[in-house]
Amino acid sequence: MAASFGVSSAAAANAVKSPALSPPSLPVIRSEARPISCRVNKSRKAGKITTKAVAAQAENPASAASKPGHEVLLFEALREGLEEEMERDPRVCIFGEDVGHYGGSYKVSKGLADKYGDLRVLDTPIAENSFTGMAVGAAMTGLRPVVEGMNMGFLLLAFNQISDNCGMLHYTSGGQFTIPTVIRGPGGVGRQLGAEHSQRLESYFQSIPGIQMVACSTPYNAKGLMKAAIRSENPVVLFEHVLLYNLKERIPDEEYVVSLEEAEMVRPGEHVTILTYSRMRYHVMQAAKTLVNKGYDPEVIDIRSLKPFDLYTIGNSIKKTHKVLIVEECMRTGGIGASLTAAINENFNDYLDAPIVCLSSQDVPTPYAGTLEEWTVVQPGQIVTAVEQLCR
Amino acid sequence: MGSWFARSRSIPYLLKRNISFLHANSSCKTLPPYKSPHGFRERPAASILSFRRLESTLAGKQAQAVAYTDDEVDSDADGENQSIEFPGGRVGFTTQMEFISEATDKRVPCYRVLDDDGFPIAGTRFEQLDEETAVKMYKSMVSLQIMDTIFYEAQRQGRLSFYLTSTGEEAINIATAAALSPDDIILPQYREPGILLWRGFSIEEFASQCFGTKDGHGKGRQMPIHYGSKDLNFITVSSPIATQLPQAAGVAYSLKMDGKEACAVAFTGDGGTSEGDFHAAMNFAAVMEAPVLFICRNNGWAISTPVSEQFRSDGVVVKGQAYGIRSIRIDGNDALAVYSAIRAARMMVVREQKPVLVEALTYRVGHHSTSDDSTKYRSVSEIEQWKRTRNPMTRFRNWVQANGWWSDKEETELRGTLRQQVLKAIQIAEKTEKPSLGDLFSDVYDKLPSNLQEQEKSLRQTIKRHKQDFPADVPL
Repeated sequence: MAASFGVSSAAAANAVKSPALSPPSLPVIRSEARPISCRVNKSRKAGKITTKAVAAQAENPASAASKPGHEVLLFEALREGLEEEMERDPRVCIFGEDVGHYGGSYKVSKGLADKYGDLRVLDTPIAENSFTGMAVGAAMTGLRPVVEGMNMGFLLLAFNQISDNCGMLHYTSGGQFTIPTVIRGPGGVGRQLGAEHSQRLESYFQSIPGIQMVACSTPYNAKGLMKAAIRSENPVVLFEHVLLYNLKERIPDEEYVVSLEEAEMVRPGEHVTILTYSRMRYHVMQAAKTLVNKGYDPEVIDIRSLKPFDLYTIGNSIKKTHKVLIVEECMRTGGIGASLTAAINENFNDYLDAPIVCLSSQDVPTPYAGTLEEWTVVQPGQIVTAVEQLCR
Repeated sequence: MGSWFARSRSIPYLLKRNISFLHANSSCKTLPPYKSPHGFRERPAASILSFRRLESTLAGKQAQAVAYTDDEVDSDADGENQSIEFPGGRVGFTTQMEFISEATDKRVPCYRVLDDDGFPIAGTRFEQLDEETAVKMYKSMVSLQIMDTIFYEAQRQGRLSFYLTSTGEEAINIATAAALSPDDIILPQYREPGILLWRGFSIEEFASQCFGTKDGHGKGRQMPIHYGSKDLNFITVSSPIATQLPQAAGVAYSLKMDGKEACAVAFTGDGGTSEGDFHAAMNFAAVMEAPVLFICRNNGWAISTPVSEQFRSDGVVVKGQAYGIRSIRIDGNDALAVYSAIRAARMMVVREQKPVLVEALTYRVGHHSTSDDSTKYRSVSEIEQWKRTRNPMTRFRNWVQANGWWSDKEETELRGTLRQQVLKAIQIAEKTEKPSLGDLFSDVYDKLPSNLQEQEKSLRQTIKRHKQDFPADVPL
């Protein structure tokens, strides 16, 4: 995307823009959902779990050396994605508080300032609306900024720039100006971080026309989504979770990108479709273990794409299981679950044997006290009970 | 201008000139101080101001007070030449508790070239205009005025839903545009259509946007006067105030990365300076050393809020220094002053790669917009006075005519032609087709996603079924 900004010929001759963006020649990894017609194995045995990210023990060096790929923690995977994109495209730059030499509060941009300089990895003063606005301005004139909110909750201060400008300027300018920004940061309920540091911004942002929202949950999809988001011509909000940064997983050495609009099949099953994303995926998988022991066969889908929903994958699953359980961290009112419930009801009502059950946090600010905080987040026990009730 | 900076000499310079550790390992460019031909006083070398972050850790080592001598400061006062190192630099201290006053005795004077009647004031220095530029400027001001008048009348007749004039601010619009280069990227507030006019946006294009036709650059998506043109380096107007100011820092950052010889020019009004974005943007631009030219059109009114209720400082120009930004106050109704000052400011911005703030004092002769009747909150005589006796166009016209470059006959001819042109453009735009249904959904994203495809399909079906409930003249 060469931004030809009516530059005088002399300057144009000297301006070294990045090479014309050719479509990526790498494989875009599709979700591993098998279509219903190919379903051969009808036993109730636990299906192959494709996630490898839950609290893995350190592999011993001998076996590690022989396996393909390399082990990373989630924040490192994000950094790898960022670094690869910055290497590939000189227009990619990072804005945020303490992202430079400090390396970011969660170390996602560690080392990048040393490598790419203070200008490409820019430390900004504390003004979220302003550096997000700055990213919009930079994007409109040819750069590809990645904005880091130190905590997603602080980006509420940037709401106007994100909704009116990021989301809308491409449309209101008649398609003249594009805003290829990525807005990312940690959100979700952490460990006793208090209400303002425990925001689920996906529920506030989901209405904004013009943006895409994705949530990563494993090192593998974190890196893939980061890369895809940077390459997208649309503004993308990438939701990370405070508690998932230290997840470890073995990811491929080769370059890969994952699709921004696809859901991930975590565990194929027959009895019930459990839709979830981000941290709740792990609570669901924990509950899945218990459920399998009790004889249930849940199908777990990490929806990943929060806007737009991957109704194709979700629909195929519902047509198979006829029961839906949504497990989210958002609050009950106006959360992702609420929208997903509406979308499923509208599109797949005929396939449902029971009303959709949505487990979400209560409509309360997240308390600081550990016990209270635990009660506002959906726990595996609740998930097990809900499935049992659904499958009665 | 000289008097303001002469006063600053009495404030002791608190930064020592040659602190060696600032230069060590510093990769910043040290530019020689820019010596403006207009004779203002430059701060010490730029290198001190581009204080690298890594060096701030060294400040902690210099905790004890060190006596220093500086030729600027009298060393006879007791204790007044002592200084101490704090994060942010060395600062002198004093045993006298003194508060900096909230106001100075004299307001910052404004730079002016032409007097009220359009004659150059004796002793003034300005950038000379050649005949071609001067005539083009004047003709553009007339175009702007006529376009404003007729579009405003069209709205009053119900042919347009909304309009906003720049009456009284023609000099700021056109002289600024003339002083900038076409590569400079404009981030407008909304009262700067003159810049588009200067750069070649046709009356027909203005009409297309206002009427929301399929020919408009905005594809009928924005309210009238929310123009935008990528080719002319004019970013689409966004209604909320001052949101374009932080974006200017980003645009400037982008230009800096590319090493382009251009700057970002961001406009705001007096009201816009109350927004948080203004302050953060100024701060950002200063810290990032971004080449942004901030132009504040202080026209005295923010809808019904007069400047006395907007801020208590001496206007906007004094805020520049608070952020470490060079600033100037100019007579915004004096086209020559605006031209010269913007030329000089732009040169500083591009050469030194740092922001500059220009406060152009003017008066909003028209109502805020067609949704406003300003006689409700200000006297008609005040408006009339500015319209009649302090008109920027009259002043400039007198100067141009005095140079023998313009005549009354040409004036009448021009006004006649333009009137016809604008009226015709409106007539054509009124009859032009509106954007088609597909344009409702396109450009939300780069490619139409499935949910929008569905929604478009659903809408088409609904329209087919209930044709009578939907406008018949919109192409499907």
